[in-house]
Amino acid sequence: MTENNSTASHISYLEETGGRSGIFKWILSTDHKRIGLLYLYSIATFFIVGAALGVMMRLELMNPGQQFVKPSTYNSLFTLHGVIMIFLFIIPGIPAVFGNFMLPILIGAKDVAFPRVNLLSWYLYVIGAIFALSTLVFGNGPADTGWTFYAPYSVNTETNVSMSVMAAFVLGFSSILTGLNFIVTIHRMRAPGMTWFKMPLFAWSLYATAWIQLLATPVIGITLLMIFAERLLGVGLFDPSLGGDPILYQHMFWIYSHPAVYVMVLPAMGVISEVVSTFSQRKIYGYKAIAYSSLAIAFIGYFVWGHHMFTSGMSGPARIIFSILTFLVAIPSAVKVFNWIATLYGGSINVKAPLLYALGFIFLFMIGGLTGLILGALATDVHLHDTVFVVGHFHYVMFGGTGFAFMAAIHYWFPKMYGINYNMKRATSAFWTIFFGFNVMYFPMMVVGVMGMPRRYFDYLPEFHIPNFISTIGSWILSVGLLMMIGNLIAAFRKRKKAVDNPWNGKTLEWSVNTPPTLLNFDEIPTITKGPYEYHEQ
Amino acid sequence: MFSQASNFVEGVDKAFLIISGISLVFLIGITFAMILFVVKFNKKRNPVAKNVKESRSLEIVWTVIPTLLVLVMFYYGWAGYAPMRDFPDDAIQVKATGRMWSWSFEYENGKISPTLIVPIDKAVTLNLYSPDVLHSLYIPAFRIKEDLVPGINNKMWFEAGILGEYDILCAEYCGERHSYMLSKVEVLTQEEYDAWYYKVDDNTNAAEAGLKILQVNGCVACHSLDGTRLVGPSFKGLWYSTKTVTTGVVSRQVTADEEYIKESIYNPSKDMVDTYPKVMISYKESINEEQLKQINAYLKSIEK
Repeated sequence: MTENNSTASHISYLEETGGRSGIFKWILSTDHKRIGLLYLYSIATFFIVGAALGVMMRLELMNPGQQFVKPSTYNSLFTLHGVIMIFLFIIPGIPAVFGNFMLPILIGAKDVAFPRVNLLSWYLYVIGAIFALSTLVFGNGPADTGWTFYAPYSVNTETNVSMSVMAAFVLGFSSILTGLNFIVTIHRMRAPGMTWFKMPLFAWSLYATAWIQLLATPVIGITLLMIFAERLLGVGLFDPSLGGDPILYQHMFWIYSHPAVYVMVLPAMGVISEVVSTFSQRKIYGYKAIAYSSLAIAFIGYFVWGHHMFTSGMSGPARIIFSILTFLVAIPSAVKVFNWIATLYGGSINVKAPLLYALGFIFLFMIGGLTGLILGALATDVHLHDTVFVVGHFHYVMFGGTGFAFMAAIHYWFPKMYGINYNMKRATSAFWTIFFGFNVMYFPMMVVGVMGMPRRYFDYLPEFHIPNFISTIGSWILSVGLLMMIGNLIAAFRKRKKAVDNPWNGKTLEWSVNTPPTLLNFDEIPTITKGPYEYHEQ
Repeated sequence: MFSQASNFVEGVDKAFLIISGISLVFLIGITFAMILFVVKFNKKRNPVAKNVKESRSLEIVWTVIPTLLVLVMFYYGWAGYAPMRDFPDDAIQVKATGRMWSWSFEYENGKISPTLIVPIDKAVTLNLYSPDVLHSLYIPAFRIKEDLVPGINNKMWFEAGILGEYDILCAEYCGERHSYMLSKVEVLTQEEYDAWYYKVDDNTNAAEAGLKILQVNGCVACHSLDGTRLVGPSFKGLWYSTKTVTTGVVSRQVTADEEYIKESIYNPSKDMVDTYPKVMISYKESINEEQLKQINAYLKSIEK
């Protein structure tokens, strides 16, 4: 470990302005690290907006009856919350921020394959975001359809669905371009000696993800365009009163949106593999099994979409096949969990904030995954489909899973990205507050779902009161925890405590470069001779 | 051990218990191992990490056992579900209509009810119909749910096993008053059911008959009877009041007379009263001229 400063020979990417000043050194830069940070700031902003909308929904649901918003406002709240969290936070999330920043460094490259396309994808993201938010101001109010835009309601409602689906359409291109860029980067730009099985597992997970982004996203693009055409021209694709088929819409929607779940969670699993290995100071257990299971999840994930439609009137045999496939996709995820736990065994474990978030991920993701089995089984799904149980389940997977992995990643790579340290004690107490608040908020949703409360309910029967009340209290604890975490990271910029090159004694390539990295990451492209997690040969 | 509210509760709850039981064992076991390892192999106790050799047989075990277990889970899920799709031939047939935002149930003899009235221990098949958007008929106590898809004839069935009243909820989001789209199943004895089923409705009082029509067609889900503003204008004080309506872009004053009310029911989006959303569908198919007269009689009775 060497203490490193940006000396004349090492100018960090943050000081390298490319002759631009002010905001232009950011929005015109094609440096993958600056683009990663552009994404970080935009995504964090939308996460905070989405979370605020979620807190408002919980306030409305705290007690039965109308609390402080109208039913139509509430319906727009959960739609906007879903659209922002799905399309603006969790899909781009880890790949666009940490993938962009770390992937080239992890595989020993100077940048991604197409730096300009990379910047373009950020611009598309911003345009999509502006489209989504413009519905607050223009048209008949933001969409009130739910983020699923189910036809024929989405075809008939007077709210501004057209603009919302256009937003998701544009954001889809941003996602496709990122995926394309990563695939080419991984195929073509690995350092000499970095064979496929010497790649860090985060790179593997990004690779599997990128294929889903590239192949599945066009389906949602065309589907949403069809909604747009239906609303504008009345072409009759999905609306039965015009001769269309609403079930067709559901198939097309979930053919993308189920694989998209793996776009959200695979990179998260990649992060967890890195963090667990580094903080155990051990070679990851079952490297190849984890790498292959990423590909297996990506592949089987294409064929399970029908489990969103068990009560839609889909044919009996289809329901059975989709149920079996859904159970099978659980296996590679379970294998990954076993591998992470086995990696801890025999390690020299350094319990720091990134590891706490990673262990939090494993626990919450298990609950999310296991409740997914309950929903994948036909009999129980008939009862629980479209109840708050589903909402609890996917928040455990998406927030408890991907959200926690995002927070693990930011705490893991923060010193490398900025060259400064955050306060570890505060980071730890923020973690425990978030972890506690999370469970208080989302576990009661499972309970009230089993009791039979449908989702997307503005108001509810009196017997559903207590779990809803507890859940709302949980939303406050969770919010406090998130503010503590964000505040602690921002405070690091005031204190500016310099970080060393390799604070966690990691073995992957990013820990061997300068902190913060230079514009081209490496003085000289390294030649790789060892696997990514060689802790045991001194 | 299981409720007998319907013939499906046992299958569903058994699957639920088996899957959550197995899951809980895994969750507790893995979490325990995780905490144990973090404590036991903490940096302080174990300053140097061991290089643990990977065991192929361990990996096979932890792949094969979960695979077998999920197949068991699948089996119980399927076993609880299969009878739901196995429709009996001798069931009572009821047409269940869900529309924004109310339910009605039409029986073989033409009787229509806003609640679902069924005899105990008798199979009932619901033929699901939606004239507008997606809905989903959900009876939590019976553990059943099926979507109402416009243009597609979905159906579901059950046999109620305990007398009493159970909630019917709409589970598929359908717009502004989705969470108020409620009804009840009333499970009666066979005698009570027959008495209800064969009772001839007394239509001599036109106003009372009119109210019933408004109820079974779900009108009151959006149009209150007491002056409260819901999605549409209240029925109270509507009769012969003056309304400002917009036809296309032209605004004018109209009196809410017989002709206006007929237009509003048959062709609701033509003349829109300002500030109300354009969401109502035409009821030309379900309300005839005779029934219109009865509705008018009722509206007249709550003029003030």
